Order: sequence, then C-alpha cells, then structure tokens
Amino acid sequence: MNWEVVIGLEIHTQLTTKSKLFSGAAVGFGAEANTQTTLVDLGMPGALPVFNKEALRMAVMFGHAVNAEIGMTSVFARKNYFYPDLPKGYQTSQMDHPIVGEGYLDVTLDDGTTSRVGITRAHLEEDAGKSLHEDFQGMTGIDLNRSSTPLLEIVSEPDIRSAKEAVAYVKMIHSIVTYLGICDGNMAEGSMRCDINLSLRPKGQKEYGTRTEIKNVNSFRFIEKAIYTEIERQMDILEDGGRIVQETRLYDPEKNETRSMRSKEDANDYRYFPCPDLLPVMLTQSYIDEIKSTLPELPSQKAKRFQEEHKLSEYDASVLSSSRAMADYFESANKIVKDAKLAANWVMGELSKQLNQEQLEITQAPVNAENFGQLLVRIKDNTINGKTAKDVFQAMWQGEGSADEIIEAKGLKQVTDTGAIETMIQEILDANTAQVEQYRAAEPDKQKKMIGFFVGQVMKASQGKANPGVVNPILAKMLKG
Amino acid sequence: MSINKQDVQKIAHLARLALTEEDADQYQNSLSSVLTLVEQMQSIDTDGVEPLSNPLEMTQRLRDDVVTEDNRRGAFLANAPQSEAGLFLVPKVID
Amino acid sequence: MSEQSISSLAKQLKNKDISSVELTQAFLKRISMLDSQLNSYITVSDELALQQAKAADALLQNGQGTSLTGIPIAHKDLFCTQGTLTTCGSKMLNNFVPPYESTVTSRIQQAGAVMLGKTNMDEFAMGSSNENSFYGAVKNPWNLNTVPGGSSGGSAAAVAAGLAVAATGTDTGGSIRQPASFCGITGLKPTYGRVSRFGMIAYASSLDQGGPMAKSAEDCAHLMQAMAGFDEKDSTSSETSSEDYLANINASLTGLKIGLPKEYFGDGLDSDVAQTIMDAVKEFEKLGATVKEISLPNLQLSIPSYYVIAPSEASSNLSRFDGVRFGHRCDDPKDLLDMYMRSRAEGFGQEVQKRIMVGTYALSEGYYDAYYLKAQKIRRLIKEDFVNALNEVDVIMGPVAPTTAFELGSKTNDPVAMYLEDIYTLSVNLAGIPAMSVPAGFVNNMPVGLQIMGNYFAEAKLLNVAHQYQQQTDWHLQTPEMAKGV
Repeated sequence: MNWEVVIGLEIHTQLTTKSKLFSGAAVGFGAEANTQTTLVDLGMPGALPVFNKEALRMAVMFGHAVNAEIGMTSVFARKNYFYPDLPKGYQTSQMDHPIVGEGYLDVTLDDGTTSRVGITRAHLEEDAGKSLHEDFQGMTGIDLNRSSTPLLEIVSEPDIRSAKEAVAYVKMIHSIVTYLGICDGNMAEGSMRCDINLSLRPKGQKEYGTRTEIKNVNSFRFIEKAIYTEIERQMDILEDGGRIVQETRLYDPEKNETRSMRSKEDANDYRYFPCPDLLPVMLTQSYIDEIKSTLPELPSQKAKRFQEEHKLSEYDASVLSSSRAMADYFESANKIVKDAKLAANWVMGELSKQLNQEQLEITQAPVNAENFGQLLVRIKDNTINGKTAKDVFQAMWQGEGSADEIIEAKGLKQVTDTGAIETMIQEILDANTAQVEQYRAAEPDKQKKMIGFFVGQVMKASQGKANPGVVNPILAKMLKG
Repeated sequence: MSINKQDVQKIAHLARLALTEEDADQYQNSLSSVLTLVEQMQSIDTDGVEPLSNPLEMTQRLRDDVVTEDNRRGAFLANAPQSEAGLFLVPKVID
Repeated sequence: MSEQSISSLAKQLKNKDISSVELTQAFLKRISMLDSQLNSYITVSDELALQQAKAADALLQNGQGTSLTGIPIAHKDLFCTQGTLTTCGSKMLNNFVPPYESTVTSRIQQAGAVMLGKTNMDEFAMGSSNENSFYGAVKNPWNLNTVPGGSSGGSAAAVAAGLAVAATGTDTGGSIRQPASFCGITGLKPTYGRVSRFGMIAYASSLDQGGPMAKSAEDCAHLMQAMAGFDEKDSTSSETSSEDYLANINASLTGLKIGLPKEYFGDGLDSDVAQTIMDAVKEFEKLGATVKEISLPNLQLSIPSYYVIAPSEASSNLSRFDGVRFGHRCDDPKDLLDMYMRSRAEGFGQEVQKRIMVGTYALSEGYYDAYYLKAQKIRRLIKEDFVNALNEVDVIMGPVAPTTAFELGSKTNDPVAMYLEDIYTLSVNLAGIPAMSVPAGFVNNMPVGLQIMGNYFAEAKLLNVAHQYQQQTDWHLQTPEMAKGV
C-alpha cells in the first residue's frame, strides 16, 4: 500500500532568562547538582511561584515571529503527575489559554519548494529536574537545578509529511529562536528538544492513523533518523495487518531504533486545572505592539532582503539566513569583497565544508569574516585563482597569517604576463607534438574536450599560478597554428 | 452518587495512596457520601456563569528577571530522607 | 497577666513595670502546668522564646519597638518557622524543620513578638474539631469533653486558656472563626490576599487566608498591623495598601447598616444560639446601628462548592509530600511506586487521604466540568450574593456555627454531618470577603460567637464594629474555670 506520513512536532525551547520561570534561582547548564534551586523549585511546603517578566516578553516575541495571535489573557494550569524529578507533583504549564495562539511558518526545503506548517500554539511551562541513574547505593539521584527553568513549548499542526520537512521546520524554529535571542539553540545541552508525533495513513484517506510520540529527540540528525525508523516500524506493523499502539516511545541513537517507554504515566490522567497560586496574565495591546516594534530582522525577512539587495538565488538566500551568525559572516565578508555571489559561494562552500569537518560553529571559525573577505578580494582581482585560494584558505585556517601574507610568503601570485605564458605554452606544444597533431586533425567539438589536456599541462608547469582567463585564449590561438 | 471499589482503587493509585482492602471499603462509603453531598450542584442552572477561580479576580504580577537567591543546598538537603553527593536519592527509576 | 490585653501589656513593658522575659516565663509556666489538659501546643519553643524575649527587652530598654515587642504569642503549626519543627498536624511532617520563615511569622517577629511555640491543628487544616491531628485532639478549655473547633483549635484553646496572649490561625472554610466561636475568643479572617500566604503550608490556595486570634478585636488589630500587607513573594497578595487597623477602632457605629441574612437563621440553627445572636444584634442597635433582613440565596450551595474546590486544590497541593525531598518516607520501599504509595498512605491521616481522593476524582478526566468547573461557577453566584448584599448594608451578621462546641468523638463517624456544620462560614472563603467571630454570650456555659462579615478590605471597619461591641459587653473577658487561679 502507499502510505502517507503525518507528523506534528512539539518543540521545547529553553528560554535564555537569567532567573527561573517562577523563582529567583539562577538558570544555567552544568552547575553542581541542586545548587541552583530555591524552595520554590524544590516544591517546599508553603513556597509560592511568581512569574518572570522576561519569559513573558520572550514568548510574545516568538508569537510575533510566527505570525501568531497573542493571548491577551493567558492562564497557568497544573498538570498533575508523580515523578521524582517533578518536585511539586505537578508541572505548571498552560492548557486552555496559552500565551501564543495559532500561527504558521513557511518552510523552504532543500529542493527549493516551500510548504506552510501551521503552529497550533506555543505555551510557557516549567522544566522538570533530572534523574541521574548512576549508581548511588543502588538508587537514583535527583538533581533539581533544571526544575522551573522556563520553556516555551511550540506545538505544530500535523502538517508535516516527511522527515526532510520535519527537519527543515525544526531548523527554521531553531533559527527563529536564536535570531530572537530567546534560546541559545544548543541542542546538545538540551536547550531545544523535540517530541515527534507520527502516524501513517493510506494515501488519500482523510482520517489520521493512530500515532506514537517519540520523546526528547535532541539533534537535527536524530530527528530525521528517528522519523525514518519509526515510519519503517509502523509500516511493517500495518503491512502485516497489525495495529499501532498509541504510546510514548524513545529514540535510541546507538541502535537507531525507537522503543516503547515503560509507560511513564500509566493512567495518563493529568487532571489539569488552573493554578490557584498564579493569576491570569493579562496583556495590553500597547505592550504587544511595543514588542513587535523591537523585533530584530527575522530569517525570512533577511532571506528576502538577500535576494533583493544581493541578487542571490532563493536557495542561497535561505541557506545563508538560516543562522544569524552565518548571515552576519556573509554580510561582513561581502562588505569587503563587494561580490555577493562570490561571498555566498565561499561561505556555503569551503567555509561550511571546513566547519562541518571539524564540527565547529561559525562563531568558532579561526578565520574571521574580515580576513575571509580579504581572501575573496584576491580571487576577484585575479591575484590568485580559485584553486590556489583553497590552499590559501587552508593555510589561513591553520593560523599561518592573512591571505596577502600567505600569498606573498608562498609566492602564489598568479602569472598574467602574456609573454611568459606564451613561452610556457610553446614549450608544452613542442614537448607534445603527437597530441598537437591529433588536436589539429580533430573535429571542432572534439577539440573542445581535448584542450583540457593542454590546460592541465600549463597549470602543472606554472604550479597552478597561471591565470586560466589568460591561458585559454592564447592556448586556443597557438594550437590552431 | 456512589462509586465502586475499583474506582476507589483507581483514584487512590492516581493520588499515590496505598489502600488495603479494608481502607478501600471504608473510603468507598465515605467518598460516596461526599459525592452525594456535592451532587446537589447539578440541579443548579449555571449557564452563562463564568467560573470564578480567584475571589479578587486580580491579574498576575510580574517579577523582574534577576537572580535573587543564593545556593542553600545544604539547608534544603538537611530535610531529605536520603541524599548523597548533593542529590536527593529515590528508589531506582526505570524509564 | 494572662488575661491582659496587648495594649495593657505593651504599656507595662514600655514602662518597664514588667520585662518580656518575666512575661514569657509566666506564659511558659502556664503552658507547662495546663497544656497537658488541652494539648494545644505541638511544639513549645522555650529556649527560642526566652532568647527573643531578651532581645525584646533590649529594644524596649532603648525605648524602641512596637506594641507587639516582647508580647508572647503562638503560631499555628502550618506557618513555616525557620529552625523550628513545623508539622501541619501531620505525621508526614513529623521531622520537618523549615530552612525558611513564612512572611506572617517573619513580620510578627520583626515587630518584636516572642514565639512561645507552635499550636496544634487539624492535619493540613482539614477539619472542624481538631480531632484530625496526628498529635492528638485538642480539648476545649470551657469543657474538656468538648472540641475546641478546627482547624485552628490549638490556637483558639491556647488563647482562651491564657497560654498565649494571642495566636495566628488560618481560615480556609471557617478555621479561624469556628474555633474562636467555640472557645470564646475573637478571630479575624481577612480578605483573601490581605495576608501573605508565603510560607503557609497550603490546603486550598484560593481559599486559605491567615489571620489573628486573640481575646479582643483590639488585640486582633495589633496583630493585623504587623501581619497584613502586600508581599511580592505571593502572586495572590493584594497590592491594595493595608490600613491602620487601630486608627478608627473607636469610631461611632451610629448609622451602621447591619444585614441579617434570613438563610443564616433557618433550620439547623440551635434556638439558644439564635437567641444569643439576636441579643448581640440588639446591642448594636443600642449603639446606633440599623438592622435589615437580607438574603444570600445561594448559601446552601456553598457546601458542595467548597467540598469540591477545596479538596481539588488540596489534592494537587499535597502532591509535593512524596517522601523525596522532605517529610515521611516509608521503610524499605521496594520500588519507586511503593515509596510513593506507602509514604503517603502512612504519612497522611484518613481525613486528608479522603479529601485528596475527592479532589483527585473531581479533577479527573470526564468529571472536571461536572465537578470542578461547576463548583467554580457556583462560587461566582455566591460571591455575587455577597456583593449585592454589601451594596445595601455595611456589615452582615449571623452565627458562626449552628451550635456551641460539641463533644469529642460525637461526630467523627459522620464526617458529612460535620461538613454541614460549616454552612455559615464556607461562603465567606468562597467569596474572599473578611469576617470575624466575636464572643457574644454563652449557651449552657459554652461560648457562642457572633459572625460579622464585611466588604473586601474592610478589616478596619470590622475591627471597629467588633471593638465597639466589646466596649459594651464583657463576653470576651470571660475566663474558663480551668485557666483560673494559676
């Protein structure tokens, strides 16, 4: 049968507030266990929550960024369940009245197509602590540093139809929240975690199939892989005439499989009700408008500007704007070289390749945007050719100096002197008389292919320094004889 | 309105309360009588009445985003039934 | 000394006729002599009390301090007190020593008062007789075979027997007013949001409110001066500035409009209690007040509404007692679930477990609308009744409870009957308005309390009304036999 994949995503983004959602404890990753807790985060008797102003502002910013309705009145609710890392026995979240209502995002895929993903809502909630399963007298240790850390949970409509689309959507959310500065986007540290709701249905069927929820997937790659394996698993069951059990599953990246979580909340009755320790959050239109007016340029706006201002293709513009750091790097380099196409190619090409290889963020690149721009200037003014430039870039990466210093030190300057090039070509023609004969006897379209041999010989003889733009016409003329 | 013993055990489980058979019998009676008592609400027409969850109907006040609390782990852990290495200890959690 | 008012004691302390240490020692002695009969204290903090008394004396020596400086008082054992055991009347918190101080106790401490100890109460404030305490029932000083009322029964009994000058209490459905009525003292439940709930162990967050319990309205006013006011640590704390509760306490009651809700005088009200209340109302007429009948038509519904809302909130509030970070943990749990189930079943008493289950049920899937949401809608109807009535009159008067204190054990087998006794007090909490219980006479030698209810944030008015009545009557000055001659 032909199956259609239906995916909805819940993305938990940790907001970059200084203090917690409901207490004055510090927020941070990697602190010693239970040192960033107050009686509020520990759920001590008599402790009461007070809501963090900055978390509210950040949520409203996000709402604007995804074209969403902002909840003029939002209400915190308690989600009741017992778990050792949930100190109060309930999670303070939002249910019926979230801070961010319906919105949408237009997601650009690798093939250049665009699809719209609906956003159901985004709500504020507190994070739970952490259970540490190392052996403590055969017991589990509970660290509540993360307890009450502010999260914005972004819930999509089940509009996503493939793993690629899911990843593109998550990347887009990632770039929005990092552009806004409301989340550091560090997935390895859990600043962004994704729950994947996935079901299959026969193509053309309207009703959704039974879905499973894969919890806490924390990298783009794992999201893609988890979706592929879960699709495969569900398809196997359905093709065998089986039924999907609605359940929570866990993705195991080592085995590349999803497995059922021993039902964390067996009865699954969360008994939501409005939190009586917190009051409705009421916003004014002027507050909402003010936040809108201070929003930074968003990825989609930047992409559009790149197309208009720099005449970049839609694809190039969207790749470059997907990360604020990359966009900034590109713009800084371009300011120096003043050739957007060249800068775009090099940022997306050599630079990205090198970063990927070494698993570095662009902000960690040993070559800064200004020096990178200087390198591009030397390509543009024909001081070096593209091939040499790659070697120079490598040397810069290794810390051997600026582009000009390396070109100078290694004598890589391109030969553009026509006289010198003519001499070089004549020597090559003299040494390869057989090939010259063959060339001259060949049909013109065959000749086009054969000329490559001579170009290669010239480059070899010049140690790559001959300017191809000068070599080609001279070579063609001299071969004619 | 009365509830059966299974309901009682289900509620007790949700509330994480271990009940013996005897307890369950007893709670079945007492819960049923409370539920009967509250049943009289159902006869009241409350169409169009907004629920009231806070008597003053105030709105939430906002706290500035500043760290105001120091680390007091030692003081908090002092009340823990079992702790080690700065952690609260519980019987092994199996996901 | 145990029968004197705060004003009088404050004056003697200021003039150095007595010292706070002497006063404190005298109260500690009374506690050690009499409390074995009453069981009104769970913890007596002698050492701390004497330390605080010394500090108070030092302040007074320099001519500093407030009217509470050096005055020995007691706190209901659900206010967290740093370094002093805080049990909430429960086995669950048998070993809980908070590393923090509640706003109420902290403010009273700041004002210089001396803490004698922590008073007994119904477990987690659930009860109207103080028989639901892990630390044993409290006896009514007026008749040791009767209950002191609840849940602040320990505070009421201690003040009535002169084991503290005054005490704090909390009121979720009548827990200050009913024990005040049963023990013949004066108690005030302030407007919801007037007194901070920070550090007060929650029963039902949208109903709980701390308040003073003392011999007289004037003493209550002294405590309110310290307790009341905005607290940034409590989101439900009102930013309305608190008043000077003593400034207008002597204002004339001429022209005061009193409403008597007919629903407060119907079936179920003991006729002698009714007569006592009507006599008190006549006293107010003598003071220049006018009286009219009013109606609070949804009064009956306060019982079901309350017994859904309070247990629902409680079921969630009490989830934090899970044996992980504090409180009771069962021996040798075989796994995590076993630890939860047994720690909670062992740590909580029956009434608490029952209310947790009622609340769990009311909030559970498929029942939420019929129970919780319905109760919240009825809550609005009840509030509107009061708002309408208080547009017509300045204060509303009626009984606090249908009877005087009942015998120990007489109602433990029929808890629903006990719930019905709360009929006159619950609606005040649902609406969030302030109300007092004021001693108004005796029936068969047992005290009867008059309830005075007022508009939002009208605490000063209520204290003024009660104080004027207490200038004309001496019901609040009566002392139970067991407390005399010690």
